Amino acid sequence: MLKINNLVVSYGGIEALKGIDLEVEEGKIVTLVGANGAGKSTTLRTIMGLVKPVSGSILYDGKDLLKEKTQNLTRYGLNLVPEGRRVFADLTVLENLKIGAYCRKDTKGIKEDLEWVFSLFPILKERVWQLSGTLSGGEQQMLAVGRALMARPRLLMMDEPSLGLAPLIVKDIFRIIQEIHKQGVTILLIEQNANAALHIADVGYVMETGRITLKGSGKELLTNEEVKAAYLGHSVKKVI
Amino acid sequence: MTFDLFLQHLSNGISLGSLYALIAIGYTMVYGILRLINFAHGDIFMMATYFAFFGIVTFGIPWYITFPVILVLTALLGMTVEATAYRPLRDAPKISILISAIGASFLLENLAIVLFGGVPKPFPTPDVFTDVVKIGTVSIQKLTFYIPVVTVIFLIGLTYLINKTKVGMAMRAVSKDHETARVMGINVNQIISLTFGIGSTLAAVGGIMWGLKFPQISPLMGVIPGMKCFIAAVIGGIGNIKGAVIGGFILGVGEILLVAFLPDLTGYRDAFAFVLLILILLYKPTGIMGEQIAEKV
Repeated sequence: MLKINNLVVSYGGIEALKGIDLEVEEGKIVTLVGANGAGKSTTLRTIMGLVKPVSGSILYDGKDLLKEKTQNLTRYGLNLVPEGRRVFADLTVLENLKIGAYCRKDTKGIKEDLEWVFSLFPILKERVWQLSGTLSGGEQQMLAVGRALMARPRLLMMDEPSLGLAPLIVKDIFRIIQEIHKQGVTILLIEQNANAALHIADVGYVMETGRITLKGSGKELLTNEEVKAAYLGHSVKKVI
Repeated sequence: MTFDLFLQHLSNGISLGSLYALIAIGYTMVYGILRLINFAHGDIFMMATYFAFFGIVTFGIPWYITFPVILVLTALLGMTVEATAYRPLRDAPKISILISAIGASFLLENLAIVLFGGVPKPFPTPDVFTDVVKIGTVSIQKLTFYIPVVTVIFLIGLTYLINKTKVGMAMRAVSKDHETARVMGINVNQIISLTFGIGSTLAAVGGIMWGLKFPQISPLMGVIPGMKCFIAAVIGGIGNIKGAVIGGFILGVGEILLVAFLPDLTGYRDAFAFVLLILILLYKPTGIMGEQIAEKV
């Protein structure tokens, strides 16, 4: 579905991505884990056309994404839940969701998807007229996910959806990601919370300073000693 | 001062305030969406009056056809300024765009001097607007009533557009976050262009009514009203449309009443706006309705 080849991105001479290859197959949950500054967000931003790469290619359903404008990607079923939620604070919850469906003309489908989003996030239905800037962090994250779903994406990319949220809410968010996936949405998830991300992922990539260092199924990576040591917080050797 | 005279001054103040409000909205909308002071806005207002002059005087087109056409022409002019002076600099440092705005302003002023001549021209004033009505002992030009009414009609239209339509929603979204708006599939350039179009249309409405009220037009006539309306926008809280309207009325009514009550200060009429600006910047820099700077992360 999505295929990235030898992608190089640099910010003012500093290479943030040093040639990465990544593939997302339709129907899978793919996760990209790694520490701060590894280049995870840059990867997503480049896919969305928000950053221009130096070289490499990004193919989506065989289309060259580097030639597409950001604002057209949602029409192809590609959508992003941005890092830090980025809900439109001055707009109501309902307006934020409507903005998500900005490019769609099928009034009936939009209505159905609105109900779907409300069934995933009942709290949003209660807060429909509230300005989204007044929501709590967790609610804003739900709104950001809901907003992206309103475009009826085929590939949903999420940038650190659990960042800064209480553990209980993080659990909720991961449950909902799986729920969304069950409805047939392919997911590319970026996480620092490697443990939770790898648990739900079909395929995982580990990124370190602009390179992909490991690839495997979620389970494989969870049991991989290096990954454990670096990202999962367990010590490699058990304490006697 | 008699009560009648006071009413007369007040109605004058309200109609001047309406004009300020219409023009101030253009400043505030552009600031809201681009964080840019569009210095060319006062000159776009000036251009609208010249369009009216040529339509009615040179080509002899009746006013009720000319005026609507001017709204469209002025909107196009505003969008052209945006596309040529601001859009190429979208990712440039703020200061470059600011300089470009000043350049656009000078260009329009000097273009007007070259094309239309520096000598002031009389603005055509159809009788329907300038007839005087007498209410008791107060005699007021019909125009003094029309101006606030027309202003209110356009304000209602604008409020509807911004709050109730899809395009308005997109405008509010873009003014908060260009990048996320793009991800949502909004064509940001188009929305910005539209914002300039709307702001310029309102400037044209203000320009036409300004011309009818003060029927003498010149290439530099947009400078002082432009400054004052910018101040009105700052007083109200730049970026906030309601604030621009409030600021416009405060400035218009304040200016007229100042002159009415303290005739000695007539010469300082224009200074009033600037003193008010200084006071606002000292005591409430975000303006009356100013947006909160603090953001939830």
